Amino acid sequence: MKTTLKLFAILFAIILIGCGGKEEKKKEGFSYEKKASTEQTKTTESAVPASKQVDLSNKGIGPIKSLTLDAVDQEMAAHGADVFKKMCTACHRPDKKFIGPSPKDILNRRAPEWVMNMILNPDEMVQKDPLAKALLIEFNGSPMANQNLSEEDARAVLEYFRTL
Amino acid sequence: MNTIGKYLLGVAALILMTNCGNNNSNSNSGAMSSSKAEKVYVAPGEHDEYYAFFSGGYSGNITVAGLPSGRMLKEIPVFSQFPTSGYGYSEETKPMLNTSFGFVPWGDAHHPDISQTNGELDGRWIFINENNTPRIARISLETFETEEIIELPNSAGNHASSFVTENTEYIVAGTRFAVPNPQRDMPISEMKGQFKGPLSFVSIADNGRMNLEFQLNMPGFNYDLAHPGRNKSHGWFFFTSYNTEEANTLMEVNASQNDKDYIAAVNWKKVVEYVKNGGGKKVAGTYAHNVYDEKTHTATSTMKEGVISINPVEVEGAVFYIPIPKSPHGCDVDPSGEYIIGSGKLSTDLSVYSFEKVLKAIENKDFVADAYGIPVLSYENTIAGVVKQPGLGPLHTEFDGKGNAYTTFFISSEVVKWKLGTWEILDRQPTFYSVGHLMIPGGNSRKPFGKYMVAMNKITKDRYLPTGPELEHSAQLYDISGDKMELLSDFPTHGEPHYAAGIRADLIKEKSKKYYELSENEHPYAAKSESEATVTRNGKEVHISMTMIRSHFSPDNIEGVKVGDKVYLHMTNLEQDFDVPHGFSIIGANTSEILVMPGQTKTIIWEPKREGVWPFYCTDFCSALHQEMQGYIRVSAANSNTPIKYTLDDE
Repeated sequence: MKTTLKLFAILFAIILIGCGGKEEKKKEGFSYEKKASTEQTKTTESAVPASKQVDLSNKGIGPIKSLTLDAVDQEMAAHGADVFKKMCTACHRPDKKFIGPSPKDILNRRAPEWVMNMILNPDEMVQKDPLAKALLIEFNGSPMANQNLSEEDARAVLEYFRTL
Repeated sequence: MNTIGKYLLGVAALILMTNCGNNNSNSNSGAMSSSKAEKVYVAPGEHDEYYAFFSGGYSGNITVAGLPSGRMLKEIPVFSQFPTSGYGYSEETKPMLNTSFGFVPWGDAHHPDISQTNGELDGRWIFINENNTPRIARISLETFETEEIIELPNSAGNHASSFVTENTEYIVAGTRFAVPNPQRDMPISEMKGQFKGPLSFVSIADNGRMNLEFQLNMPGFNYDLAHPGRNKSHGWFFFTSYNTEEANTLMEVNASQNDKDYIAAVNWKKVVEYVKNGGGKKVAGTYAHNVYDEKTHTATSTMKEGVISINPVEVEGAVFYIPIPKSPHGCDVDPSGEYIIGSGKLSTDLSVYSFEKVLKAIENKDFVADAYGIPVLSYENTIAGVVKQPGLGPLHTEFDGKGNAYTTFFISSEVVKWKLGTWEILDRQPTFYSVGHLMIPGGNSRKPFGKYMVAMNKITKDRYLPTGPELEHSAQLYDISGDKMELLSDFPTHGEPHYAAGIRADLIKEKSKKYYELSENEHPYAAKSESEATVTRNGKEVHISMTMIRSHFSPDNIEGVKVGDKVYLHMTNLEQDFDVPHGFSIIGANTSEILVMPGQTKTIIWEPKREGVWPFYCTDFCSALHQEMQGYIRVSAANSNTPIKYTLDDE
């Protein structure tokens, strides 16, 4: 039996040598999304629900890196109200919790960049941003739909939120 | 060594052999097998290099596959109802299947062809013909939806179609079953000289719209296949015909009597000019023209009357016959436009004609006869060469752009590669089994891509696990980049893929539509936000404009519907993201579900027959709360006074 095993081992080694190197090739492909999803062990262990938590420093993940707010631009806000009505009211009501949270006073709880990134890049936000992840769970796993707003329209929606 | 040892040794040796094979061998064993696998392997998440559009034959549709993997990507409904999406069932798409014979839920799709610019595939549209109720369809390669279907009157068996000229100026339709034109009650046995084989020419506008320009009222032979001239022969069209015997019964014998049938060579530019100058006469002919509007998401069917008919004899120098041996089938033109390959399916040789010689014979009036007044050119003076004894039952030829032609042989079940100009046979490979068409992406254009060839076989037998008496047809993928064709893989195809068209993926994929803009939705019953959702009664008709988004309908509680009502459910998908369709179905509906794309509106009719509270739901798993995407409609007695009421979360 021992000899057999040895023989087998030798043969196996030959196979490996004979064929080695072949497997290496196909490794690249997509990596970063996959890798990212493995670092999701941290959960916010707070008794305060995500929708009530205040975090003004987190800018979220997405195209908006920094944003300064001036006095409310009423014209922009009016446009934002229109966009909000068309694209968002299926899940958000201005004054109450519906499918998703109400945007009222959102800027007391979130940075403006975070709000814009949540509108513009929801898929990545709910995968990677700790608050967005917690919100997804708090709201029964209802996805934040990507309504493909332009950056300009998303900015207008934000301006509208400031008037609520 | 004991038995186990021997066994292990054997296994190990086997692994060694299959894994590594003869690395130094240049034959097609061992090592080739693993490299073949690599050639067709598309890693998870990666894309195929080519799109291939396979005719579904008697399925009436097109299936889209990726090459080299052979993975099926989609089925595009064209001539047949398709409950998966509601095509032909929804109120918006029913008009697509309207014909002069009324609503026809099925079709027999044959030859897809991709639009061209300067003789090269441009990836705007794909066309496909319907054989049974003669029609041509145009499919958008942005949305992969059928956008237009035009019927061809006065014709029967539209087989020689839908081939596109090199700037997508015209597309043709033939008549494979000669018929009285106009149709009339007459004894079948008197067909000779009485029946006709009209060839239809349909123009394509810049926006893709098709228009039936004229019909050449040809003698009553069976026009079987066609290809446009390209490059130097641009402006001509070539059609094979069989049954020049004009037999009307036991065709397999009686239509195979003549030693030669004809290729019809048509100078269509001349005919267009003739029509422009008032030639031809308008004759009766009723046909449906169905157009789908991407903004209203709705098709309309218009019944048209009359077509310009042309007597080919009256157009000087436009229509000729070229003799071709024994019941020809395929009629293919090489990328240079010089060679026209006719496959006499009962002949043992392949006849290749020279376009220059054809022109010269016409110029010299080198005619050997006439058929019903159409001059017949001499075979000897138009032939460029003959491929001698290449195989049995030649059908179709495609090209690789490197001076080679590839012809399928049905009876001997093989593809033969031969050289244009020298006519020598370079290679032959068996197919499994009984190949019909073959397809090289771009293989019927000026610029074939010349890397892969797909053989589409009529018989499957033992190629796959048995699935009862009916098997999907098998296709074989060959690498044709080297001197010899190399069989890479087998894959099943749906229905009967008579023909296919292939194109490099990058010519299509970047412009593929991801969703429809809600703001551009002009459907009269669209509810573009939840605030626009309504329920209105108009006599016994109830129109419900409902919205869908992950993961609820609005409204989702509806009352005031009565037994005997005709309820129109107009569903608008409010999503504006890629790949988020919602489905809709309701218990007791005598139709299919509908699958509504983001930004789109679709309608089904429900005629409630019983009082009660009836649920509806989303049929396409859309989110974690998909199971909750449901609602109720209360149905009251026909004479009840239940008021119309509709709510979502009591709002």
